[in-house]
Amino acid sequence: MSNTASPRLEAEAISSKERGQWEMVGRRFFRHRAAVVSLVIFILVVLFAYIGPFLWKWDYKIHSEIPSWAAPSLDHPFGTDKAGRDMLGAMMQATKQSLNVSLVVAIGSTVLGALYGAVAGFYRGWVDSLMMRFLDIMFVIPFLVITGALAGAIDTSVRWYHMAIILAVFGWTSIARAVRAEVLSLREKEFIEAARSAGGSDWHIIVKHLIPNTMSVIIVSVTLQIAFAILSETTLSFLGLGIQSPDTSLGLLIEAAGASAFNEHWYLFYIPGLMIILIALTINFIGDGLRDAMDPRQTMVRR
Amino acid sequence: MVVFIIRRILLMIPVLLGATILCFVLVDVVNDPVQDKIFEISQSTGEPVPQSTIDALESSLYYDRGIPERYWIWLTGIGDTNGDIGLLQGKWGPSIEGSAMDIGYEISTRFWITLRLVLFATIASIGIAILAGVVSAVKQYSRTDYTLTFLGFLFLAMPIFWLGSLFKEGAVQLNKILGSTVFQTYGSGTTGFRGNGWEVFIDSLPFLIVPTLVLMLGGYAAISRYQRASMLEVMNSDYVRLARAKGVRNRTVMRRHALRTALIPVATFAPLALSGAMGGAMVTESIFGWRGLGVYSLDAINAGDTFAVMAYVLISGVVVLIGVLISDILYGVLDPRIRYE
Repeated sequence: MSNTASPRLEAEAISSKERGQWEMVGRRFFRHRAAVVSLVIFILVVLFAYIGPFLWKWDYKIHSEIPSWAAPSLDHPFGTDKAGRDMLGAMMQATKQSLNVSLVVAIGSTVLGALYGAVAGFYRGWVDSLMMRFLDIMFVIPFLVITGALAGAIDTSVRWYHMAIILAVFGWTSIARAVRAEVLSLREKEFIEAARSAGGSDWHIIVKHLIPNTMSVIIVSVTLQIAFAILSETTLSFLGLGIQSPDTSLGLLIEAAGASAFNEHWYLFYIPGLMIILIALTINFIGDGLRDAMDPRQTMVRR
Repeated sequence: MVVFIIRRILLMIPVLLGATILCFVLVDVVNDPVQDKIFEISQSTGEPVPQSTIDALESSLYYDRGIPERYWIWLTGIGDTNGDIGLLQGKWGPSIEGSAMDIGYEISTRFWITLRLVLFATIASIGIAILAGVVSAVKQYSRTDYTLTFLGFLFLAMPIFWLGSLFKEGAVQLNKILGSTVFQTYGSGTTGFRGNGWEVFIDSLPFLIVPTLVLMLGGYAAISRYQRASMLEVMNSDYVRLARAKGVRNRTVMRRHALRTALIPVATFAPLALSGAMGGAMVTESIFGWRGLGVYSLDAINAGDTFAVMAYVLISGVVVLIGVLISDILYGVLDPRIRYE
C-alpha cells in the first residue's frame, strides 16, 4: 500500500517525521479550505436530520393545534404549510429520508461498481468486452424512466429503502468504468505478479490487492454518488414516482410548495430547495478536496 | 469514413436490442396492466368482472402469453397477432388506454416537440460550457475563474425541477411587471396553431426560451469543468509554447493550436449531455405543461402502459446512440491523429 515514496512527495514532507499515506491525504485535505468548510456544513446537516427530531417539539406529521400557513416565527422557524404541518419538523424528516437514500445508494452502488469494474479490468479479454457491452446497454437505458417505472410499480407505500435499492441497482455504471480504467494499469504492476506467484487466487488478488489500490477513485466516487443520489431521489419524488406521503422527502416538499416561489408562502419553496443545493454542493466540494488530496501527482505548488 | 459509420451503426444494434430486452423484462415483470384494468372496471361498475372480459383484455394486450413471446411479438410482429404490434413493421403495440390511443401517432406528434427542446438545450449547454471553461482556463486563478467555478458547482448541485419551478414563476412575475407575454410558461406552442415548419418554429419560440434555459443551466456545469482542465493541460504543453516562441499572435495560438486539441475530451461528453437533457426534458416538460415525449413517458409509467414505456425507451436510446455516433465522428474532425480506415 505504501507507494508514496516518490521524490516529489519526499521533498514536500520536508519535516523529519515519517508520514503514512492516509496522514498525508488528511493533511492535504485540511489545507483545502472550501472542502473543510463543506465538511463542517455537511456534518451539521447530518446532525440536523438525525439528532434534530429528538430536540424539536414538532414532528413531520399534521397536528390540529398547528395553524395553517403561518409565516416563519419563533414557534415555527420554517413556517407551517396549508395542512398544519410544522416545516422545521418536516424538513428534518425529509432531509433524513433523502440522506438515508443517498448514503445507502452511495455505498451500495460503489460496492457493486467497484467489484464489477475490478473483475472486468482484471480478466480483460472476452469477459471484459462482454461486461463493457453490458455497461453500454445500461448507458442507453433512460435512467429516470427505468427507475421511475420500477418505483411507480410499487403500489402505494414507497419507502426510502425501495428508492435506495432501485437507484443503487441502476447508478453504479460510472464507478465501474472508473475502477476498471484504474485496474487495467494496476494489473500489470509487479506487486500483482508477486501476489500471483505467491499463489493468490484471482478473487484474493481482486479484493485484497486491486480494490484497495483503487481506493482513491472509489472514495471520490462515493462522494459524487451521494450528490447524484440525492438529486435523483428528489427528482423522482417530485414527479410522484418516489417516496409517498404521509412520509416526506425534499422533492415531495418542493412539489407540495408548487408555485409559491414569489408569493407569501415563499419559505415552503426555498427552504427545501436550498437544503438540496446545500447537500449536493458541500458533497461536491468534499469530493473535489479528496480528489486533490489523493492525487499522487499533486504537489503543494500551484500549477 | 462511410465504412466506419456503417460499422458503428451495426455495432449499435445489439446494444439497442439488449437495452430493450432488459427494459421490457423489468417493466413487464413489475407491471400488470390487465389486473389494473380489471380493478378499474370493477371499481366503476361495482360488480365482479366476467371472465370473458378478462380474456378479451388479456388477448388484446397480449398478456395471454409469456414474456419471451410477448417481446418477440413486440419486436417483429411475426406470429399470432391482432395486427397492431410489431416494431419492425412500424407498429408500436396496443396501449392500455384502448384503441383510442395510438402509440405511434402520439409519439410521432410529440417527438419533434421534445427533440426541439433537447437539441437546443444540449447545443446551448455545450456552447456555454466551452466558453466558460476556456475563459476559466485562460484567466486561471483570477476572480473570473473562481466565480465561474463556483457557479459551475452551484448549477451542478441544483435540481432541475427546482430551477425549473423557480424560473417558471420568475417568468410569470416578469410578464406581470412588463405587462406582456414575452415568456410563455405553459405549453409548447399556441394551441391549434397551423402553418408550415418555419411558422410553427417562430410560434414556439416564446414557449421555448425558459425551458431551454433551465435545461442548459442544468447540463453545462460538468462539461465546463472538463473543458477547463483540458484547456489548461493543452496551454501548458510544449507545442503551444513553441507556437508562441515563433511569434504567433496570442489569439491565433488559442484558437488554432490550443482550443482545437482541448475540445477532444469534451466531445466525449456530448452524448452524456444529450442523455442528461433527455432525462431533464421529462422534468421540464411536466413543469411547463408541454405535451412532449417526456410527459408521455411519465403518463405511461403511471398507467403501467408497458408498450408505451418501451416506445419511449427505444426512441431515447436511438437519440443517445446517434449522439455517441456524432461524438465519434467529431473526434476524427478535431484530432488529425485519428483516422477511420
